[in-house]
Amino acid sequence: MITRGLDFDVAHLLAGGMVLLSFMLLYQDRLFSLLRIFALHALVLALAVAWQASVQAAPHLYVTAAIALVFKAIVIPLALRRIVVRLGIHRQLETVVGVGPTMLLGMGLVALSIAVILPVTAEADPLAREDLAFALSVVLLGLLMMITRRNAISQVIGFMSLENGLVLAATGAKGMPLVVEISVAFSILIAFIVIGIFLFRIRERFDTVDVGAMDRFRGDRV
Amino acid sequence: MTAADLVVALMLLVPACAAAALALLPQYRISARLNMGAALVTLLLGLSLTVSRPAPGLYLLVDDLNIVLIVLTTFVGFTTSAFSASYIAHELEIGRLTPAHLRFYHAMYQVLMFAMNLALLANNIGLMWVAVELATLTTVLMVGIYRTHAALEAAWKYFILGSVGIALALFGTILVYVAARPAMGQGSDSMAWTHLLAAAPSFDPVLLNLAFVFLLIGYGTKVGLAPLHAWLPDAHAEGPTPISAVLSGLLLNVALYALLRFKMLLAANPGALAPGPLMVTMGLVSVLFASFMLYRRRDIKRMFAYSSIEHMGIITFAFGMGGALANFAGLLHMAMHSLTKSAIFFAVGHVSQAKGTQKIAEIRGLTESHPVLGWGLVLGVVAIAGMPPLGIFMSEFLIVTSTFARAPLLAIALVAGILIGFGALFLRLHQVAFGEPIGHSEPVQASYVPLFAHLALVAIAGIYLPSAIVAWFRNVAELLGG
Repeated sequence: MITRGLDFDVAHLLAGGMVLLSFMLLYQDRLFSLLRIFALHALVLALAVAWQASVQAAPHLYVTAAIALVFKAIVIPLALRRIVVRLGIHRQLETVVGVGPTMLLGMGLVALSIAVILPVTAEADPLAREDLAFALSVVLLGLLMMITRRNAISQVIGFMSLENGLVLAATGAKGMPLVVEISVAFSILIAFIVIGIFLFRIRERFDTVDVGAMDRFRGDRV
Repeated sequence: MTAADLVVALMLLVPACAAAALALLPQYRISARLNMGAALVTLLLGLSLTVSRPAPGLYLLVDDLNIVLIVLTTFVGFTTSAFSASYIAHELEIGRLTPAHLRFYHAMYQVLMFAMNLALLANNIGLMWVAVELATLTTVLMVGIYRTHAALEAAWKYFILGSVGIALALFGTILVYVAARPAMGQGSDSMAWTHLLAAAPSFDPVLLNLAFVFLLIGYGTKVGLAPLHAWLPDAHAEGPTPISAVLSGLLLNVALYALLRFKMLLAANPGALAPGPLMVTMGLVSVLFASFMLYRRRDIKRMFAYSSIEHMGIITFAFGMGGALANFAGLLHMAMHSLTKSAIFFAVGHVSQAKGTQKIAEIRGLTESHPVLGWGLVLGVVAIAGMPPLGIFMSEFLIVTSTFARAPLLAIALVAGILIGFGALFLRLHQVAFGEPIGHSEPVQASYVPLFAHLALVAIAGIYLPSAIVAWFRNVAELLGG
């Protein structure tokens, strides 16, 4: 029983850490610190997945953990950093909603996901249950971030943190098949987004990666 | 490995190999032909599955439900590749696309075909999700291919909304697995449709309900249901027209197909909530919203994109009502809408090339300046608006009558939506097709075969459906259940 308790506590700690980092992502107002927090988010995800791999004795999950570590905690933040420097994007972030209301909304979302998930999974094993509730919180906080930010890069980071939540949920669901394939598919998606930002040279066309500016080019309003 | 297994494998391998070859071929004329050839081979393979089908495997499956959509998808995929060949030749001429773009475009077209075939054939909810994601990615890239401000904005919007949609769908998929695990144990079996459906009665109903909400919002975004439709008009208007045809005619169907599969799981579980009312509500909201929005459109492709939202709403409504007749009508409407809407986009593509604009105000008197094309467009709009005796009239009639028998108020709302949309379409059609031709216009070198082939099929289906097809659709309608 003691080892089981430890299994649970560490998984709980790591998943809870991801929720905390999601909150930190919400109030960053500088691009570089946002990138650093995101790298940390992905690092904690890698640890959480690796812990699940050892607890569930599922070695294939180490692949997912490695993808999270190398790709999302190192390569993507560095690539985005380069893009920010090369394209000379404003390093200050604009938010649509102020920090205070955003944090309150975020707390509401976490409460919501706990209220939704815990009662319906009463019969599932506690490990999967808590993981799922935390994962949904991370997903919803990622969505919130995508809504409250105008800047394209911070929207992408919001999406990636959302996706980290999904990977957490998938690895927490014990024995789920195709987790590795799904995380690879997601990594491809993210790579496309990042390459897309760079290749499409959004800045060249719009002079800004501010999505609000793009809205002006609506065909229908011409 | 039987012959049928081989056919299924080839349905995925042919587009995949064609995509690789097309990525390397520099000559666009050859590429366009190869694209058509590969699509034709896929169509023939799809047709052969109607004769003999393989036993369900661990990852791939052919059954009564998906075979209809496989044939439809491969058919429209083939005709669109024929339309695309004449369309892109003109785009290259006027310099909107370069040969390098075309290489990319053709390769992506086949990747999209691969992804849609995979999504339809998948016997695994995880694999299906991966396929839908791949299809989303390829279409995002193709929507942005013109690199104009508007095209990039459309691609970005589609990308963000589509990604959020499929992310939520994945969360729903994970929840389905969590609901299924106590009954089914671990391993790949526990994500296979065939096994899931058999064991569905013993799943945890509350968890299944929660999963369906995520799946409805997630895949519903890809279907283009209001209020999750924001990406759809932009993506249709700014991308190349063949892609608009494939998006409207096929990809929306594929996403709806995914939703239907999950609906079957819920229907098989006695404790789960009835998914019908949710789908009816979203469908009806989409129909009403889109039919009002049709009046405000000034861009011809955007207008037909809103019409797609309307029709996907009608189809979702029909499946939400459930029951043998409504399901039958929904399936029929799915097929008819695909054929008609892609035909309309074929016509609109050539029209916008001939007039050099997509603005409705700058297009007049098409039936005089381009008689064949103009009348083709008129026929298409008459069909999509639901005039008798064409196919869409029949399926809409069936949906409305079956609803009247059970929920008259809903039927009245639906009819109101359809009629409002009808008015908008005819108003604009009158402006575009008749009167004195204005503005600059060029002769078009169009291939009319795909356009009129689709319209002929729709006309025939409205008058006479072969009994074998009716029996087939009925069988599927039973399968879908309440």
